[in-house]
Amino acid sequence: MASIDTGGGDSGHKKGPGVKKAKKLSTRVDMTPMVDLGFLLITFFVFTATMTTPTTMDLNMPKDVKDEKQQTEAKESSVLTIMLGKANQVYYYEGKLVVDATGNNFKSTTFKGIREVIINKKKDVISRHQHDETCKKTQDKAKEKGDPDWEKACLDRDFIVVIKPDADATYSNTVDILDEMTINQVKTYAMVKILPQEVDLIKATEATNGIK
Amino acid sequence: MPSVKIPRKSTDTDMTPFVDIAFLILSFFIMATKFKPPEPVEITTPGSVLSQKLPENNAVMVIIDSSNKVYFTVLSDKDKSKFDAIIENINTTRNLGLTPAEKANYRQTFAVGVPFGNLKQLLATPADQQKSIKQPGIPVMDSANNELVWWIAAAKSAFAGESLNYLIKGDGHSKYPAFEAVVSALKRNDEFKYNLVTALDDIPSNSELDLYNRRVTK
Repeated sequence: MASIDTGGGDSGHKKGPGVKKAKKLSTRVDMTPMVDLGFLLITFFVFTATMTTPTTMDLNMPKDVKDEKQQTEAKESSVLTIMLGKANQVYYYEGKLVVDATGNNFKSTTFKGIREVIINKKKDVISRHQHDETCKKTQDKAKEKGDPDWEKACLDRDFIVVIKPDADATYSNTVDILDEMTINQVKTYAMVKILPQEVDLIKATEATNGIK
Repeated sequence: MPSVKIPRKSTDTDMTPFVDIAFLILSFFIMATKFKPPEPVEITTPGSVLSQKLPENNAVMVIIDSSNKVYFTVLSDKDKSKFDAIIENINTTRNLGLTPAEKANYRQTFAVGVPFGNLKQLLATPADQQKSIKQPGIPVMDSANNELVWWIAAAKSAFAGESLNYLIKGDGHSKYPAFEAVVSALKRNDEFKYNLVTALDDIPSNSELDLYNRRVTK
């Protein structure tokens, strides 16, 4: 077992006759119990160590504005509204919610599918982008900051995602959708209270899809 | 005929290097281990791709547990007098009539999850026995009586002139209305920047963020 090698062992000094041989005590210490204890402590610390260091996500909320004139205006064609329902379901519509006799533009998907929707909508908005003076300023600002994508800085400025979790959505759904904004580099998004009309549509869709 | 002598090999291997490494690892874990502060509830935070570090000082943390109960806690390791300032403020604004001993106990109380009416009872209990008390959560859902507003106002005045972070630590299974109520309590105190506590997730490969990160590091 583990032991300290003291280089013991007789090397055979010749002693004169009558010299009594001193009894050699072993200097070897049995280290087994110490090693046992050592490993016990290792296992303890390995199990108690908190390996997942918490991280944080910044969230900036807008001030509640009562005055309609002060509210941010968005181009209807470049808005994507995402609603979160129960059982990790995601609902969305592009632009304005249209409900008429021919049906509606209210669609349902899951968290896996919503990424594709965001990417496609973003591409669509970028393809309709028109360059102007304010856009140049944004580009210059990005260039100053050292953004390697400064040329693209302005392309998606009209793209706005509106997030509306309903009462059945969980907190992790909310964080997931905010995360999706980071993953797809959506620069403008807002969390807004859901409208009663949208809640009714979600309820109706849940009933037809059999989601409980 | 001379017999061939097979040299006897010792089966005793020298374990010294092995033991050395073992103790090295042991000392590493002892140094690196940071014990979790006692929490009244177990919270499983949702994952996020953001790797920003959590501010651990000068922060107010609002905990939302899986059954939508809301707890309020202050993180201030350096300056414990902040706790006194907060509880003093709450005591006077809400007329709770706490004794000095109960106020002093607030320093040891990790999280408060009771309505003001039960605060005296909670603080009268020694800190190590508070775990056995069932905390119903701070009432937040009724916007006319959102008690969290008072707590945040008290923290804000205690940390006046210093930077104060607002952390929201929600359990993944908690429902959105609880989160919304917490946010509205913060909004009513004119605070619009929050940090959501999350666990680290991997960035999906070939997503825009992934491609952007690769370009930046190049």
